[in-house]
Parts: sequence; structure tokens; C-alpha cells
Amino acid sequence: MASILTAKKVTKRFGGLVAVNSVDFDIPEKSIVSIIGPNGAGKTTFFNCITGFGKPDEGEILFEGTPIQRLRPDQITRLGISRTYQNIRLFAAMTALENILVGEHAFLHSSWISSVLGLPGVIREEKMALAEAQRLLDFIGLRGKGDMLARNLPYGAQRRLEIARALATKPKLLLLDEPSAGMNPRESEDLTSFIHKLRDELGITILLIEHHMRVVMGISEAVTVLDYGEKIAEGTPAEIQSNPRVIEAYLGRGAATEGMATAHERFTSSKKSN
Amino acid sequence: MKKENFFWSAVKLGLLGGAITIFICLLGMMEVFSKRAVIEKVINLGQFVLLVTIVAAGLVASRRTSSRLDTNRPVLNLTAGLVAGLVAGLILALFVVIGYNVNLRSVFLNASPPLYNLLTFGKGQGYIWPLPLIGAIGGLVGAALLLIPAVYRGPLTRALIFTFFMALFSGLFRVVMINQKGVVEKAAKYFFGQTGLTIEGILIFFFAVFIIAFLWNYRGKEVQARISRLPKRGQLSLRVLAILVILYIVIGLPTVSGPFIAQVIVTVTLFILMGLGLNITLGFAGLLDLGFVAFYAIGAYTVGLLTSYGPFGLQHIPFWVAVPIAVLVAMMFGAILGLPVLGVRGDYLAIATLGFGEIVRLLAGSDFLAKYFGGPQGVIGIQKPCIGTLAPFVRMDVPRVCNGIELSTVQTIYYVAIASALLIAFVAWRLLESRLGRAWMAIREDEDVAEALGVNLIQTKLLAYMLGAAFAGLGGAIFATLIGSIFATSMQLIVSINVVALIVVGGMGSIPGVIVGAIALIGLPELLREVSEFRYLIYGLVLIIMMIARPEGLWPSTATKRELHHADAENVSAESMV
Repeated sequence: MASILTAKKVTKRFGGLVAVNSVDFDIPEKSIVSIIGPNGAGKTTFFNCITGFGKPDEGEILFEGTPIQRLRPDQITRLGISRTYQNIRLFAAMTALENILVGEHAFLHSSWISSVLGLPGVIREEKMALAEAQRLLDFIGLRGKGDMLARNLPYGAQRRLEIARALATKPKLLLLDEPSAGMNPRESEDLTSFIHKLRDELGITILLIEHHMRVVMGISEAVTVLDYGEKIAEGTPAEIQSNPRVIEAYLGRGAATEGMATAHERFTSSKKSN
Repeated sequence: MKKENFFWSAVKLGLLGGAITIFICLLGMMEVFSKRAVIEKVINLGQFVLLVTIVAAGLVASRRTSSRLDTNRPVLNLTAGLVAGLVAGLILALFVVIGYNVNLRSVFLNASPPLYNLLTFGKGQGYIWPLPLIGAIGGLVGAALLLIPAVYRGPLTRALIFTFFMALFSGLFRVVMINQKGVVEKAAKYFFGQTGLTIEGILIFFFAVFIIAFLWNYRGKEVQARISRLPKRGQLSLRVLAILVILYIVIGLPTVSGPFIAQVIVTVTLFILMGLGLNITLGFAGLLDLGFVAFYAIGAYTVGLLTSYGPFGLQHIPFWVAVPIAVLVAMMFGAILGLPVLGVRGDYLAIATLGFGEIVRLLAGSDFLAKYFGGPQGVIGIQKPCIGTLAPFVRMDVPRVCNGIELSTVQTIYYVAIASALLIAFVAWRLLESRLGRAWMAIREDEDVAEALGVNLIQTKLLAYMLGAAFAGLGGAIFATLIGSIFATSMQLIVSINVVALIVVGGMGSIPGVIVGAIALIGLPELLREVSEFRYLIYGLVLIIMMIARPEGLWPSTATKRELHHADAENVSAESMV
């Protein structure tokens, strides 16, 4: 399968700290790939490198063959990469519908002058944009909630709305940063099937960061493990679960902090259930 | 419930009220305000302000008592009000006694004999006993206000507020109505005195508003329902009728009112233009600009230099051509300011723009650039707008004669200002509803996320600066031709601050809010000349009270309203969870 995104020797430093160290990475088209790793392993930093928020210090990132490491975030979005955030970052004081409409921004063309004049082209475009936003709202199961303020939606709905907003930019590659954070098992199951639906129905390639091992192992076709900014393993979920370096990364230093301890627990429990 | 509690709290409130009244006296407000009557020959504004303070003390004391008891107990409420008012009155009386016997003037300039004269109603030292008496009655009235059933309280407050406003502005109404001659003149003399209302006027206004408000409470819904039941065409024609009436008033006003009121309205309109501009950068896109007057200055100087026949004029082009050029130049400077501060956020942005505003003012007024901008002498001899053709150009120092109607008075430029404000309000409204408006709101909410969704931050922010600057530039252009000369000294920082304040008071991001804010913060102080000495004192007080009591502004945008409603809903749900 052709790869949609290729990272070559990507390095990102913050002062003396090497957050991402010479990571090679490859995402096949229309696949679902996960990045896992203990807290502070550099997963979100790597996400930021891809979406243009933190330019990598070294290395190259190719999206469909185009180098993107020097582009601005909005340019990268226009090429077809979109993302969600670990802590939900909706436009809280705007309605659900308006949130999605902002996502469509890049694909609307009316200039401010034509908007002021109210040209027929603008009116047509706005109508289409609104219809598309409604369609996305239906797709995530929030039909009729379009006029609600984003912050007044229930937690799960906010997560889905964030995905819908990302989908409004018409991405080919969707980056999900811990989409199941704060969800109960039932909700994460729904999420798993929702992510499958995205890939199967819309043909979007998915890259996710996830702590929830049940979700990771159930959904991913390939898993990459980062630790201290370095890639320590790569392979199918089954391979990863039996990889000694991965187990060491989680177990060896695991007891030190609570975050790692939970990760360890989840990891072992998901192993048992397999 | 402990009785001492309510008693001491009333005493404390009385002390506080008394302290405020003394403060008002020592500031010199009392003397200045006493020149203006509220009810002619009965009570002047100074006495009224003191009385309101005491009534408020009584009201608060009464409310505290009720909240302590969780119910109204009329006797206790009235006692609390009485005590508070009495204490306040005694304090004031004590102040007068001290004032007569000790020379306070070495410290307090305003503690002058005329002040004591006012406080003793012109009868001298022995005549202080009415003060505690009036205080007690005032406190009682305040306490009683709380006990009035809600059905009457609403109409009563409305009637009081309306009558007070009529009294404040009665001088204006009187002048306008007397100009009309005939019955109107007679009515004016019946209702209005030189500065305050007559007793007949007060009674008529008060009861008229009270009865209307009272009836509206009962019948209002019914009337609204009947209107909404009208067929579509009926509703439309009703709306058209309303617009026609407003239009008639707006067009007719300056000819009736005379130049003073027209001048005030034009000033308000210019601030509305600036407010609408800043509302785009600050209200929509969330970029705080404290140097906004710079764009106003740029618009004014551009028109000045392009149309003046004074020593610094460059051209003699017609006003109507100079205005679009001024707007474009202001836009250009918007971009020039925008570019370097694009990456600057929040507080830092405010300081950077503050610097820009000062730089523009200092450069325009500097000796260094005096041969271009006139330095401290300013640009003078700016031509008035001309409807018709201008005579051909003769020499730089000879004005071109207008063959047609020259808009040379305030009353005529009024129309230019009003038309511009309407146009700009429309443009701002369309922008807000557009794709660009959504992008601005997204930037205001979360810049990074907006960028990640494909919003080009550079372009979008620059557009916010440029369009905001364009609106202010238009305001400046009209200002230049209105005054006929411009000086760098009129482009002070305080203008920028005024614009920010009027947006905040009106309601951030709300277009009607800008208009309401400009009327409240610019128009009212202009109309009340006596108050202008204490303008910024009252101004600051109003801002503080507004931010505590009504942070969303006088006419908030729907988004802000939603936000605050949300806060309430959250509180409720949080409480119910506990």
C-alpha cells in the first residue's frame, strides 16, 4: 500500500530536552495507526510536528510526497491533515453549527467585499456550507443540537463535535489525540466503531494517540511505541504486546508515577483478556 | 434574628451614606450641581443627588433587614430605613456645624461658605435641624420603596427614572420646543422651567409614565399578540411606518433643535464610527487596540491635507473624493500597524498599539514634520463638503467656490455623519454574519485551533486591523471637515480609551451596543454641561458599577448573552449536584 505520510528522522528539541529523537514513521493510505508510549514520550509533540505547530528541528515530513515541515498549520490543513486535541478545544462560546462552519472555512471562497454586498454567489455558498454542516451534525448523531453552545453539550458529544469540526476541513489524514480520554467502556466501544466508520465510509486515514489499550489493540492495524522521544518498537498489536522493550518501557519505570501505573495496569489487563 | 444586628447594620449604612454625601459636598459637586434645578424653585440637582444617596441608604438598610429575616416585616424595615436616613442626616448636619466653626478650607478647597449656605437652605448656622429630619424622611421613603408590591414597583421605578431624565434634559426640550412657537411653545413653558421641570410638568410626566407602564404590565402581552396575529402585510406596513417615523425624526431633528444638539449628535456619531471599527478588532477578533485614535487622526489629516486651502494643503480635491482616499490610507496604516504586531498577543498587543497611537500623535504635532503637518499649528482651512460642482482651481491659498449647496454648518454635516454611521453599521453587520466574521470569532476563542482549521491568521488578523482602521478613518475624515481644522492635540490617548470604554459598556461584539454605549458615554456628558467638570469621576464610577452589575454591557451580543446564561446554568447545576 502507498503511504500517505512519511516522517524521516524527525527531531524536535526544547532547549536541552530532545522531545522527539530521529523518528522514522510511515502511515499507509486508508489505515488506522496508533502511537502509544508512557506520559512524556513525545507523542503529542510528534503530532504537533505533523500539523505544523512545532516545526521539527531536523528531518523531513512528506504528505503524499510533498514536504510539509516548513508549512504553516493552515496550509497543512488545506493539504488534507486535520486533528483533534487531547483536552477538548472547541470554540466554547460558539454554537455546534458555527464550530463546524469554521472548519469549512478553508473551502469557502467568498471575499469580505462580496459578503458585504451580499452577492448571489455568497448566498449560494453559505447555503451549501450550512447544508454540509447539518450533514456532519447528523453524521455524529447531533441532529437538532446545532444551536446549542459547544460548551453546553455533554462530554461525549463534545468529543464527537470536535471530530466533526475536523472532518469539515475534508481531511485525508485525521489525527486523533487521545479520543477516548475520560470515556467509559461503553463510550469507547462506540468510539471504536465510529473510527472504523470514518475509515470505511469516508476513506480517511487515521492516526491516533491513545492510552486506552483496549481501544488501541482493538482498532489499530499498526502500532508505534515511543519512549523518551525515540521509537522503540513498531508492528501489529500482537507483536507489540509481546515485545520485551515495550513491556520494559511500561513496567520498568512504571511504578514511579501514577500515570504510568495506570497505563501498566491497562496494558496487563488487556494482555490477560487476549 | 438578633435585633442589634439589623439596628447596627442600619447605623453603619447611615454612616456610609453620610460619608458619601460629605464626599460629594467636598468635591464641589454640590455647588456646581445646585445651579441646575430638578423641580424648578423646589429642589436643585445638588440637593437631589444628596437626597438620592440618603434614600439609597434607606433602601439598602431595608433590603438587608429583609434578607436577614428572609421576609419583609414592615415595621422593622421602616425602622432600619429611618435609622439609616437619620444617621446620614445627622452626619451631614455635624459636617455643617464643624464647617461653620472650623476652617476646613485650608485643606478642602470646596468647603466654602456658599456650600454651607446651600446645606442650610440659605438660612445660616442655626438652621441645621432640617437635615436630620429630611434624612429620616428620605430613609423612610427608601425603606418603603422595597415594601411596595412588585406590580406597582416596576411602573414606579420607570416613572421616576423617566421623570428624572426629563428633568435633567428639560433645558434642551424647552429650547427645541420654544423654537416651534404656538401651542408647542406654550406647552414648553408649562412643563419646563429654565433648567428643571415645573411642578405641573413633574406631576404630569410622572403619572403619565406610571399609568402607561402599569397598563402595559396588564395589556402589553395582549397588544404584542395582536400585532403578531396581524397578516404579514400588516406587520410589514407597521414596520415601514415605524421606520418612516424614525426617519422623519432623524431628518427633521437638526433644523428644529439648533446647532448645539446637532453638534452633540455628530460627536456621538463620530464615536459610533470609531466604536464600530474597534468593535471589529476588539469585539469580533479579540485584538485589544489601545491606540485606535491613530486611525482617526490619519483619516482626519488625509482629508485635511487633500482639501485645505491653508498653508499645508497639498490639493484642493472635493471632499467626496478625499474621503475614500482617507479611508484607504487609514486601511493601509491598519496593515502597517498590523504586520509587526501580528504575533503579539493579549497585554503585549495592548501596549504595542498604545505606542503606535502615541507615535502618530507625536509625529503629527512635532516640529520635525511641521512643514508637512503644521506641527502645533495644525492644518487649518479645510474645505466643507459641496453638493454640486466646485469652481476650477485657482491657487493653493484660495478656496474653490462651491456652485451648489455647501454643507457648511453642523446641521448639514449631521446628515453626512448619520448616513456614514448607518452605512458602516450595515457593513459591520454583514461582516459579522460572513465567513470572515466566523473566522474572527474563532480567533477570539482560540487562535491555535482556528489556524489548525485552515484559518489564515495573518490574512484574517490583518483584515480585522484594516477594516477597523477604515471605519475610524471615515470618522476622522468627517471630523476634519466638521471642525475645519485639525490639531494633533485633539488626538489624545483618552479618545482611544473612550472608544474601548464605550464598547465595553455597550456590549463587546454587539453593533447596537456600540450605539448605546456611545450615546451613554459620549452623548450624555456632552449634554450635561454642569457635569462635565466631574465627567471622568462619574465615568469611572459608571464603569466600575457596570462591570460589577452588568458585565455583558447595556446591549450585549447574542453570543455574550449566551455565555452569561451559561454561567448561570452552570451555577445552578453545580448547586444541585451538591
